[in-house]
Amino acid sequence: MPSEYKLVLKHVDKAGYTNDISCYQKHGGYKTMKKVFKIKAKKTKEGVNSPQEIIRKEVLVSGLRGRGGAGFSAGMKWSFVNRKSGKPIYLICNADESEPGTFKDRQIIYKDPHQLIEGMVISCYANDVNLAYIYIRGEFPEGAKILNRAIDEARKAGYLGKGICGTKFNLDIHVHRGAGAYICGEETGLIESLEGKRPYPRIKPPYFPAVLGLYMCPTIVNNVETLCNVRHVMEMGGEAYAALGTPGNTGTRIVSLSGQVKRPGYYEVEVGKATIGDLIFGKDFGQGLLEGRKLQAIIPGGSSSKVFREGESFNIKTKDKEGKEIEKKIDLLDIPYDFDTLMKCGSMSGSSAIIVIDNSVDIVEALGNLSDFYAHESCGQCTPCREGSLWMSKALKRMRSGQARKADADYLKHIAHNIQGRTICAFGEACAWPVLSFVDKFRDKFEERGAEDEARAAKQENQEGVS
Amino acid sequence: MASKDIAPPVETVTVKVDGRPVEVPRMMPNWEGNPEPTTVLQACKIAGIEIPHYCYHPKLPVVGNCRMCLVHVGMPGRPGPDGKSPENEDGTPKIFPMQLPYEPQTPRGVIGCATTIVPGMEIYASSPETKEMRESVLESLLINHPLDCSICDQAGECKLQEYSYDHGQAESEFEEFKVHKPKAVDLGPRITLDAERCILCTRCIRFTKDIVGDDSLGIVNRGGYNTISTFPGESFNNNYTLNTVDICPVGALTSDDFRFQMRVWFLKETKSICTDCGSGCNVMIGSRENKMYRYEPRQNDAVNGHWMCDSGRLNYKWIGRGDRLSIIKDRKGKTSWPIALKHISDHLVNADKGSVAIVASARQTNEELHLLSKLAKHLDAITDSIPRKGKADHLMMIEDRNTNTTGAQLVGITSKRVGSKLSIIKKGIESGKVKTLIVFGEDITKHGIDTELLKKVTLIVSDILPNETTKVADFLLPGCAHAEKRGTFTNVKGRVQKFMKALEPPGDALSEWEFLHELTHNVSGLNGFKTIEGLFNQMAGEVEAFRDAELTWAKLGDHGLDVEL
Repeated sequence: MPSEYKLVLKHVDKAGYTNDISCYQKHGGYKTMKKVFKIKAKKTKEGVNSPQEIIRKEVLVSGLRGRGGAGFSAGMKWSFVNRKSGKPIYLICNADESEPGTFKDRQIIYKDPHQLIEGMVISCYANDVNLAYIYIRGEFPEGAKILNRAIDEARKAGYLGKGICGTKFNLDIHVHRGAGAYICGEETGLIESLEGKRPYPRIKPPYFPAVLGLYMCPTIVNNVETLCNVRHVMEMGGEAYAALGTPGNTGTRIVSLSGQVKRPGYYEVEVGKATIGDLIFGKDFGQGLLEGRKLQAIIPGGSSSKVFREGESFNIKTKDKEGKEIEKKIDLLDIPYDFDTLMKCGSMSGSSAIIVIDNSVDIVEALGNLSDFYAHESCGQCTPCREGSLWMSKALKRMRSGQARKADADYLKHIAHNIQGRTICAFGEACAWPVLSFVDKFRDKFEERGAEDEARAAKQENQEGVS
Repeated sequence: MASKDIAPPVETVTVKVDGRPVEVPRMMPNWEGNPEPTTVLQACKIAGIEIPHYCYHPKLPVVGNCRMCLVHVGMPGRPGPDGKSPENEDGTPKIFPMQLPYEPQTPRGVIGCATTIVPGMEIYASSPETKEMRESVLESLLINHPLDCSICDQAGECKLQEYSYDHGQAESEFEEFKVHKPKAVDLGPRITLDAERCILCTRCIRFTKDIVGDDSLGIVNRGGYNTISTFPGESFNNNYTLNTVDICPVGALTSDDFRFQMRVWFLKETKSICTDCGSGCNVMIGSRENKMYRYEPRQNDAVNGHWMCDSGRLNYKWIGRGDRLSIIKDRKGKTSWPIALKHISDHLVNADKGSVAIVASARQTNEELHLLSKLAKHLDAITDSIPRKGKADHLMMIEDRNTNTTGAQLVGITSKRVGSKLSIIKKGIESGKVKTLIVFGEDITKHGIDTELLKKVTLIVSDILPNETTKVADFLLPGCAHAEKRGTFTNVKGRVQKFMKALEPPGDALSEWEFLHELTHNVSGLNGFKTIEGLFNQMAGEVEAFRDAELTWAKLGDHGLDVEL
């Protein structure tokens, strides 16, 4: 049975570990940053590699994938940045952790803010960034205070400001608080918000942040946990980091486990080393369901990811030990919790937030709850999502108030189908996928609800007809 | 054509639209007129296929929010490690229809307004896949939209109505309650908003922000409750607000002046020119049964683009005023055109050289001013016009509030310093040298020549509305508003533009060029033309600037031609 592997959360929650700079430094903090500043340009076959290029190469080699939700290679993302535009390059830390079920970034922000700052200094140094922002969600006022204090401490220590640690490198970090909108977690919506506008996500093309980002300058947007991992990549080296986890799914991830389990919480594991079953039932993790309950469903990667039904199994293509491609049947609880396998099983690890749903939960109610959230959080910019998210929420409200129809299963799918793939940003998928997957996998529950309501209505009509 | 006019060859790209190869320019002008890679929507337009759209407007920044222009496309494959692009068995490039990355069986659309074309791309503009995407977007737009077209002022010129007819489904599955939003909201002094009819395309916001430079419009609330609004307590009140009514694809923004006055399908459309200032914005007059209901800007990229100012747009009510001059008068009272023109002709023929002065209006047409100028030359008359100035703005409204100052200058009625000879005319009357004064379209009593002085001369006046000068005229000739005749104006930049007749003039009122033509002929013996086409072409041969530009009535077209100033 696998257990936790603490890299980012190494010191967090340990007795006596505080979030001030002296405690961080006592535990080896900012040493990696200083090490990175000493990297010298190197001659290679292709020419001279600058220290910045060397760091970026390490991050690419590490296989580090974005921890925000999409799981895109961080090194690749950095490689897209237009470095020849003559404009400044910005880095934004996305700390708008809003995906329902997700509570990992806030552990870092509240308990180990200097780790994030160190990760940001290294990332900014690697990308020639002199001005960076932390966009923190409005609901974290205390987190913003902690970050601002940490930034002050770092500035006093000479780790931010002009000529950091005797180098020619300048960097300032500003904390910007959101006003409480889920859509600000979408990187182009975030950029608009940071510019002081309504957070309407931008169309891509042409507004890819790496080219036309903040103030139409090249911009990198990385998640809190991703930036912390950059620090560890540089501490241990890209190859050593890549040895953690599984091939293509490297390093560690903080999993937020919630729902009806005995021991909900956040657990850092090597990516793909623990299965979904391990995380829910393992003694180091969720320790199983509440007494007398049975598993009904699992939302594997935050509320936007497609739901799994208990007892599902999947035929996936994978490679055996010799690297030969094989097809393998895999049960739900045996899915290794990584990026790629979950995608092959038709869902995603998203923000690595597992929500466990037991048999005490009414599935129609659960989906209704999610749909209300998305209807409230849709920015309303583009038609399919603006109209569709509210439509789904209204339909589910009607279904929950005794007026469900058997036809509602297909009705819901029709609405969701009109949204996915047709919107400006991924919010379209985020609101459509729960509906599509809940209805696909629990069609019986939706039709049951419809049949009951229709039967009752027919009976009432008959009685009224008699009297 | 001179060799300098031959443009360098345009770089082109070949794409397929509905299976048909179409060669289109690689770059085309964006909303600001700067070259940018051609989009799917532009390529389809060249191919003669309209991609339906709401939020896209050729003169506004592209935001891609309505999703109506979603089209299914196929892309050529990326070159493999060997550098070769994927090919079909017959050696042609293999095209991959786009699909959702996470659901390969489902086709994926791209927005035509913001997707640039690549060589070999296939655009399935009319495929079932594209049709399904359009229908779904339309269904979404309609679920919360009031379906009361019969009482909506936009009916007949509503894009939602049109596309529903073209692409909509007859039935909607919608079973829920519609969202209710504010109705009849007073956004500003000239605009009323029906938020329920709004499809949130943000054209009005972008026009106001990016064209006018006014931040007064925005969106409040979230998601399905989004609503266009001004800041609390603020009014939407720049001089260009009514353009938002034109570009609003639905009945959300309506003009307080026009709303519920007339169903648009009854309106006769006549091409005309705004007379509010010297910009010469191209307009369309909407009229029915000899009543004018509105001006709308008419696209002319060389002059006004798609826009016009509010003050110009609303400057038409005087045309239909009840006190319009409609009878011909001489000293004895009401008379007829033949009698009045004979008396005036006789009077002028017998007048001493240099005893006649003419004050023309710089709001008259080129043709009228040219005829007056010819008359003046024959009589050795001193001529001038009246300057009229207002405040210019940063967009289209200019300082010169006369429609045709440039024309008046080109035909020689007035000089660079408009009105500089008025004092000479005044002194001439005082000294008795000037015995006859001809005034067109101006109240001369407001410009230093009062009623007492006017009594000293034979006063021949043509105007369309009564004033202190018309009251004391010995001969009063009722003229026409521009909407009631044909002719040309020359705008401040030297663009000669023609306008057409929308309305019949009241009573005996007659186009000034018609009676001026007769008068000039009677007095000077010069032959002219009795048609506006002939008259214009004759003038074009006689006025230097027009002759240099080789103008003819036919060549002017709908958008006019520039002359060298």
